[in-house]
Amino acid sequence: MSAKELTGTQILMKVLKEEGVDTIFGYPGGAVIDIYDELANTDIKHLLVRHEQGAVHAADGFARASGRTGVCFATSGPGATNTVTGIATAYLDSIPIVIITGQVPTQLIGNDAFQEVDIVGITRPCTKHNYLVKDINSLERILREAFFLARTGRPGPILVDIPKNIQTMKATFNGPQEIVLKTYKPTYKPNVKQLSKVAGLIKNAKRPLIFSGGGAVLSGGSEALTKLAKTMNIPVTSTLMGLGGFPGTDDLWLGMPGMHGTFRANMAISQCDLMLAIGVRFDDRVTGRTDDFAPNATIVQIDIDPTSIHKNIEVAVPIVGDCKIAVEKLNELLAKEEGPEEAPDRSEWANKIKTWKETCPLAYDQKDIIKPQYVVDTFFKMTKGEAIVTTEVGQNQMWAAQYYHFNRPNQFITSGGLGTMGFGLPAAIGAQMACPDALVVDVAGDGSIQMNIQEMATAVQYNLPIKIIILNNRYLGMVRQWQDLFFDKRYSSTTLDHNPDFVKLAEAFGAKGLRATKPEEVESVLKEGLEYKGTVIMEFVVDREENVYPMVPAGKAITDMLLV
Amino acid sequence: MSEKRHILSIQVDNEPGVLSRIVGLFSGRGYNIDSLNVAATNEPHISRITMVTTADTAIMEQIKKQLHKLINVATVHDLTESDYVQRELALIKIHAKMDNRSELINIVNIFRYKIVDVGPDHVTIQATATEDKLKAFIELVTPMGIKEIVRTGSIALYRGN
Ligand SMILES: Cc1ncc(C[n+]2csc(CCOP(=O)(O)OP(=O)(O)O)c2C)c(N)n1
Ligand SMILES: [Mg+2]
Repeated sequence: MSAKELTGTQILMKVLKEEGVDTIFGYPGGAVIDIYDELANTDIKHLLVRHEQGAVHAADGFARASGRTGVCFATSGPGATNTVTGIATAYLDSIPIVIITGQVPTQLIGNDAFQEVDIVGITRPCTKHNYLVKDINSLERILREAFFLARTGRPGPILVDIPKNIQTMKATFNGPQEIVLKTYKPTYKPNVKQLSKVAGLIKNAKRPLIFSGGGAVLSGGSEALTKLAKTMNIPVTSTLMGLGGFPGTDDLWLGMPGMHGTFRANMAISQCDLMLAIGVRFDDRVTGRTDDFAPNATIVQIDIDPTSIHKNIEVAVPIVGDCKIAVEKLNELLAKEEGPEEAPDRSEWANKIKTWKETCPLAYDQKDIIKPQYVVDTFFKMTKGEAIVTTEVGQNQMWAAQYYHFNRPNQFITSGGLGTMGFGLPAAIGAQMACPDALVVDVAGDGSIQMNIQEMATAVQYNLPIKIIILNNRYLGMVRQWQDLFFDKRYSSTTLDHNPDFVKLAEAFGAKGLRATKPEEVESVLKEGLEYKGTVIMEFVVDREENVYPMVPAGKAITDMLLV
Repeated sequence: MSEKRHILSIQVDNEPGVLSRIVGLFSGRGYNIDSLNVAATNEPHISRITMVTTADTAIMEQIKKQLHKLINVATVHDLTESDYVQRELALIKIHAKMDNRSELINIVNIFRYKIVDVGPDHVTIQATATEDKLKAFIELVTPMGIKEIVRTGSIALYRGN
């Protein structure tokens, strides 16, 4: 039998199916019209978003909620450039997505053709890798490599740009192949010698601390991490990206560290004698002034990406490898290894942490105006911590991180690295597609929600029962907070006095709109909204000038916290 | 930490866009490129990039790791960490009238460079040298008036195997 010849678009669909892709987010146009025509021959679900940025965030939210690779389509030129913010968002948070863009025909490339843009050039610094397919015979290989690269090693977005003429050309379809990339060999298995050194350090530490991040969640290492903490009785703090990697209601849980971290987490970092840094990259929002970061600690760092090690913080024991594999191995070693004759006394450490917990817990004072913290707190209690929560960016994001306690990985979906306003709504759409039976809620600010509000139409069109909680302070609140604290309250261009009527806006999109203006309405609005079987916006008119505390001013040591 | 010169020898897939990934990495992260040379090797799909950069130890470690992280990069070696041979080719066009011509030829002979083009008021010299020697030569002939100069940037290999 002669080898099968398929068109470019057929090859694309074949590979997508083989990769297990059942959902795509996208937006058509001239340069992908052939792809969309072929897509109609498959049973892959396609969600027509209302802006290509939404497609990428949705694919991203899908990936974060499911642990699978998200996929999106966009046309050439403006379609492709609209994806850039979404791609950079996924890149900074190491999320596996594959972006397929159409390109002008190969013979027109370089001619400033209609809707031609060098998207491979534009996205080079914000993709893990990208491809321009110039030869139909390389299409199948490139597509397989794209999925392979997206999910392996440190995951990330991969863009494949396919010129229009390549889409209709024919080539032999080879079927699944082993992928050989001579120049790409991520290290999964950690150095065991280093790990047994760590086991020794743990057994001898008086004030140990686990500091975990997105890498622990992405590697599927949450279970191993939880076991490590519990069997060794080590308190845990996690970055914004690591929330849910360790149960947020456990006694060993300290809360998030850093700029808006808890008092106890920041104090624990500054006083621990052993820090196990697992899948973190020591972002400046976490470390504050690096000179004063964990000054008393022997730092062990486990990360699959060697560039994350010694980048911002010098560490004593660097370990390159997959977080899950490394922590599992560490647990094994700890079970075998004898401890010191006399186990170090950790009661003082436990007492300190207890005192810190009691002296400065996260708190708010709910009086006659709705406090934004009260909304998140009530939402947490009503949903028993079971919701998948996406966020926008700003104060709303920080309050969600502080007052919703996540017990599972992949439950908190937020733009950590890039801090992209407009992320939460499309990400919720993706998360709901990945988890149709879950309660998916976007905790939003009144500013951010307007950045991708058009995706309300997508949610309603596909009957996605996502819930949006808008903490409406009529400000770009987080920027206003900085102006309040560091710019003499000069609220330059941060006032949002011309917001739309969010209830009417919801209704205009065919969704439900609810509003609470008084504290006593909060519960009933949440109840009605969360129980509603459809897309709903719940607007909470909150205390306008509430600030997020604690706060470590940029460039200060993380123990220099403003507490109220 | 003090900055040092490093000669990096980078083997990459011979594919369009690879150089742009590398240069983009350097400009995006604020690393220095002092000189850069790219050409094919005896292996058909591999090109070699020789790059001279100045960095302190910590940055140098990041540069090497970041280069490695690029999917198309096969190997990265810092030749300055061990024994290496280094050369650079330069073409130097110098003002040469009757009054200084013989002096110039003398200097060229001492350095064992070659004269590859002569005109009524110029001489073009081909110099293959280490960076230091080339620097010394250029200093010596600068008073005569250099009209134009073009240099390949350093290329280098490990000594032995
Ligand atoms: C796309 C984008 N533009 C600008 C910013 C800078 N920024 C960070 S937070 C913020 C204010 C967000 O306002 P809002 O959504 O109302 O949230 P709040 O802080 O009031 O809860 C701004 C403008 C950003 N993070 N992203
Ligand atoms: Mg706001």
